[in-house]
Amino acid sequence: MEEKVEIIATDEKQEFIVNMGPQHPSTHGVLRLVVSLQGETVKNIQPHIGYIHRGIEKMCESITYPQIIHLTDRMDYLSAHQNNESVCLLVEKALEVDIPDRIKVIRTIMSELSRLQSHQLFWATFGMDLGGQTCYFYGLRDREMILDIFEETTGGRMIVSYNCPGGLMYDIHPNFQKRVKDFIKYFRKKLPEYDTILTGNVIFRERTSGIGPLTLQDAISYGITGPSARASGLSCDVRKHEPYSAYDKVKFNEVLFSEGDTYHRYMARNDEMRQSMNTIEQLIDNIPEGPYAVKMKPVIKLPEGEYFQRVETARGELGLFVISDGNKNPYRVKFRSPNFVNLGVLNHLAKGFKIADLIAIAGSLDFVIPDMDR
Amino acid sequence: MDNKQLEDFIKSIDQDLEVRIGKQFTEVIVPPAKLYSLARQLRENEEAQFDFMFNLSGVDYGHDLGVVYHLRSTVHNHSIVLKTRTSDRENPQIDSLAGIWETANLHEREVYDLLGIRFTNHPDLRRLFLDSSWGFPLRKDYVDDINIVTK
Repeated sequence: MEEKVEIIATDEKQEFIVNMGPQHPSTHGVLRLVVSLQGETVKNIQPHIGYIHRGIEKMCESITYPQIIHLTDRMDYLSAHQNNESVCLLVEKALEVDIPDRIKVIRTIMSELSRLQSHQLFWATFGMDLGGQTCYFYGLRDREMILDIFEETTGGRMIVSYNCPGGLMYDIHPNFQKRVKDFIKYFRKKLPEYDTILTGNVIFRERTSGIGPLTLQDAISYGITGPSARASGLSCDVRKHEPYSAYDKVKFNEVLFSEGDTYHRYMARNDEMRQSMNTIEQLIDNIPEGPYAVKMKPVIKLPEGEYFQRVETARGELGLFVISDGNKNPYRVKFRSPNFVNLGVLNHLAKGFKIADLIAIAGSLDFVIPDMDR
Repeated sequence: MDNKQLEDFIKSIDQDLEVRIGKQFTEVIVPPAKLYSLARQLRENEEAQFDFMFNLSGVDYGHDLGVVYHLRSTVHNHSIVLKTRTSDRENPQIDSLAGIWETANLHEREVYDLLGIRFTNHPDLRRLFLDSSWGFPLRKDYVDDINIVTK
């Protein structure tokens, strides 16, 4: 790949250009950052993405709506349920299909489990990025249990494809409720351990407090969503503002802070794990009876027009914009993926901090690269 | 403001603009020449305050190339859609809004990369995912015999 890296012209002599990535453990994937350094201080960051650009938006133009689900799984693979849900909700909204409560409740439980395992992985890798190897083992040990629950019901651990337009692919496994309840009971005991090992750790606090602060105005201007924005005090939770599925039936708090530094971005996700568990507990014993899928037409065609659907993934707001010309394939599909938008703020946050802080800042934004590249 | 009030508001800014009330949003069809000044007013007007751009997508309409902007106000909690299009496929040019909303910076680079729409006054208009040897794959007339399977 022939590509010119434009080096930022500068008068100061001692500026180094360091290539971080694409194969760098702390970028969590194939993200390449061209970092201009003066000593150890970051002067400028140019992100280069596209190493796993698969052209999902182009591919969507030649496949049918039920098939899109299998591509959205592979965007943000840690929020596969929510990504699928966005397509399903959009199709159901366009065709004005009524979805039974059972489906809504199961979708909500699955989304929250998915958020929980995503935040567990965030916690695990964020700890490891900052030198706490044990965090990684703790986080993955507990995340494994959720993946086992997914596997039992959906057949997939990460690429689940469980939602489909009109409902769910299959009914939940008979063990599902018991295993979820067991897991929450177990994880409620384990979560204080997370705080003991990382949240209260003096070295961790020193490395994150006050690092990479994001003001509310900047969060709005850069279009940041998700826990990263809520740590800066921007109320942007789609589950609260535009409730979908069963979110209007459950009580949970939108986790908001005002400081907006790396530590509070971490805390926002940490507290969301508790909120997710509360949400699941309210629903898991009250799954209504009913069908797990509504019969849809064999070929789904959306009426001509434009549709927009938002869902809250573990990283922020996923927007799905579809233009339909009345055929079985969409005319244009655009995914407004939270990671892609959140990447835009990295340079702004890390400028002026040390290169070691860059790892902490990038880690706290919780990037999933396939979602950026799409 | 609800959709009807938004329509009146847009009409009070510029009588000539075409406003449609769609299923979800109020849609404003704006010619490229008026886009920047309208966007500025929507951002800065006290009653409107569209401070949050939550989506920007480029669309190939066949003859025309267009850009669709989804805006929201975090203060008043209302949304609006701006649509602009140009019929020049050889050298399509639309004003960049990166000076108003920072998030437009990356979005516009993506649209430039995949649809070839040039955003004038963009601070850093380079290709994003692909290198310069590619065409513009999201255009409907893009042909790639080797890599794209068409049915």
